Amino acid sequence: MSIRLKKLLRHNEFYIFVVILLLSFLIQSRSGQFYTPNNIVDIIAALIVPGLFAIGAFMVIVSGGIDISFPALASLSIYTTTRILVDIDYQGGILLPLVLTIIFGAVLGAVNGFLISRFKLQPLIVTLGVASMFRGFMQGVLKSVQIAVIPKGMSEFGTSSLFVAKNMETGLTSRMPTAIIILIITLVVVYFILNHTMYGRGLYAIGGNEISAERAGFNVKRIKFFLYVMVGIISSLAGLIRVSMMTQCHPTNMLGMEMMIIAGVVLGGVAITGGAGTLKGCMLGTILIIIVQNSLILMGIPTFWQGFFLGMLIIVGTGVSALQVKRLNSPKKGKGGDKYA
Amino acid sequence: MAQNVLKAVDIKKSFTGVQALKGVTLEIRPGEIHCLAGENGSGKSTLIKVISGVYTPEGGHVEYDGKSYKKITPIEAILNGVQVIYQDFSIFPNLSVMENLAFNTELASKSKLVNKKRMRKIAEEAIDKIKFEVDLDAKVGELPVASKQLVAICRALMFNAKLIIMDEPTTALTRKEINALFKIILDLKAQGIAILFVSHKLDEVFEISERFTILRSGELVFKGNTKDLDDKKFSYYMTGREIQIEPFEPKLTKQTKMLEVKNLTLNGYFYDVSFSVSKGEILGISGILGSGRTELALSLFGIRVVDSGIIKINGKEVAINSPTVAMENGIGYVPEDRLTEGLFLQQSIGDNIIISEIDNLTGKFGILDERKQSEEIQKWVKELSIATPNPDNACNTLSGGNQQRVVLAKWLARDLKVLILNGPSVGVDIGSKYDIHHILKKLADSGLAIIIISDDIPEVMSLSSKILIMRDGKISNTFEPSETTIHEITAQMV
Repeated sequence: MSIRLKKLLRHNEFYIFVVILLLSFLIQSRSGQFYTPNNIVDIIAALIVPGLFAIGAFMVIVSGGIDISFPALASLSIYTTTRILVDIDYQGGILLPLVLTIIFGAVLGAVNGFLISRFKLQPLIVTLGVASMFRGFMQGVLKSVQIAVIPKGMSEFGTSSLFVAKNMETGLTSRMPTAIIILIITLVVVYFILNHTMYGRGLYAIGGNEISAERAGFNVKRIKFFLYVMVGIISSLAGLIRVSMMTQCHPTNMLGMEMMIIAGVVLGGVAITGGAGTLKGCMLGTILIIIVQNSLILMGIPTFWQGFFLGMLIIVGTGVSALQVKRLNSPKKGKGGDKYA
Repeated sequence: MAQNVLKAVDIKKSFTGVQALKGVTLEIRPGEIHCLAGENGSGKSTLIKVISGVYTPEGGHVEYDGKSYKKITPIEAILNGVQVIYQDFSIFPNLSVMENLAFNTELASKSKLVNKKRMRKIAEEAIDKIKFEVDLDAKVGELPVASKQLVAICRALMFNAKLIIMDEPTTALTRKEINALFKIILDLKAQGIAILFVSHKLDEVFEISERFTILRSGELVFKGNTKDLDDKKFSYYMTGREIQIEPFEPKLTKQTKMLEVKNLTLNGYFYDVSFSVSKGEILGISGILGSGRTELALSLFGIRVVDSGIIKINGKEVAINSPTVAMENGIGYVPEDRLTEGLFLQQSIGDNIIISEIDNLTGKFGILDERKQSEEIQKWVKELSIATPNPDNACNTLSGGNQQRVVLAKWLARDLKVLILNGPSVGVDIGSKYDIHHILKKLADSGLAIIIISDDIPEVMSLSSKILIMRDGKISNTFEPSETTIHEITAQMV
């Protein structure tokens, strides 16, 4: 029992969970608006797109890499999909848009994967360059503009809901988007891959020690290539959901989200150096960021303070775990002394 | 007679014009403990990579159990029972012992899914082979070095290994851990598994090896039984020159005490340490890892301030509470890990030499005087025979032995009274080692008081005029080198 507790206390996820609880109680006590059905549903709805991005970013970080191109990749992929469908005056359901985004996401992710696995280039540099290329391609070659009316199948999917939550006191209602299903399916699939397939353990192994992974017999090149393909697909799905829920396609709307997403992942206890971290932590970190973004308003704090609080959370959150690691590694003066006493 | 487990015949390999192996032959019999020795750059790592299938040789062939191969892949080498344990053990510090042990087997069987039950069984069988007790769910990164090595050994044993190659296996281990390792190795030998040690020095491996193969500059220079080899022959084969080991006899005797310490204590590390060093003397301090020897050196240099006790320099009591005070009092310190602690590797050799006396090399208005600088640099490059075409080259272009000389030059450029060296020849090959010893003896004769801290007993024996042994933070014994033996000292250490 006590060992279990000790184990729990050593995990970052636990602290993030405590912080989320404390923050929610604080907001609840100040506004009385946090633990209401519609607010909870709102937060979950707001989690869908950042959550998907975070899953992708998390997988890359676990493998010891970093990807900052996913918002640009998602933008290009969904813009192309929407443009094609609008141009052919597509009237069908969500299936074709879904298939198209997955294909575009896979192809664009393969660009990252090819450069990183084949030429062993630094992921930071590659994705920085690729992000810029994707943006430039979208704006220069595709002459991207806002698409105000998207295909009916997409907007119907984006606005459809599983259920509606109602706040009895205020009468406010919030819809739980159908798209949450995509987040849940992705979480289940990625959880299975990371923990129950040799491919997933390979990602952790590469993050721990790439040379050892190669010596042990992991096909490092192939693992890395498919990693970026997968991340491309997941990010594109996030793009599709974002556009469908907004019922319009704005080409630059998602750009710049990468820093906040990566911060959330790191906040969840995922080691930026690779090899360590859980999907649970990654999600908790993202939830914390969403709550700060969505709920400070409930406490009557002006929105421009959001950036300040987020920054502080990131420094404190990652700083505490860095200090923990440092303390674990430094020699213990007191302990050595017992021997001679 | 039984067939060789491995026979590499007339192996040739070159890299961009440099011939790394010039027709080397290596034979390993079943169940023998063999040592492959050679200085850095002698080609031993290349040879290991050839027999484990990483490199394809340009000439010659490799035989496993009599089967001849011109070209081998790493997988073929593994299937023929060859396992390499690299110096970094090739482990995953972020994963559990179980996963570290089971990955290779699981990957070899091409499973796509993780089967925890099967992996646990594989891991249990693996640790059982050498009766290694460890928590299978512990993260490998949190285990001590010796256990990490055992994890690597267990993993190697899983593939019906017939030959296990170990790269510098004893470097990071304490004497006790080495004894435990040797016991396991003898067990493996009894099971008919051959062990090949790869080493660049004459160390613990010597005790247990039955046969030796020594390489120098890509050529085979010695092949034979360990009992036909002694220190002197070994040094000769390694370096290609006769090295005379003469015990140190101080030329300056009955001198004033340069450094005297009384009842020095740093809680948790060392207690009640008292000794003195005179001008012209070399004091050797030895002890196992964790005996307090390194902390003592750091305290004398002011990095770790002592809790109680007296330090006297030249008869005058001083409170050494920072490296700056130590340096002002004429104490110099050459750290064990000179690469990270003692040198600016990217900077030029010259700049490294004059860094500690830079304040004295200025002209008017405190501006650096370039002429003075280059005179000083030339002087030390010549004095210590640092092998470089140009002192403007970066320090990392030098070999380990020459880097050590630069660190020495850095300190000698100051007017020193006491020089403390921690592990003066760690990571340095034999030739350079004796050159450094020679320099140190000369320095002592010119009036410096020197303290060397080392667990290399032969080094301490040949260099010191007095030897202190530290054990559990206390000085347990004092020896005169002429009145003791290596065995007596080793016995006192543990």
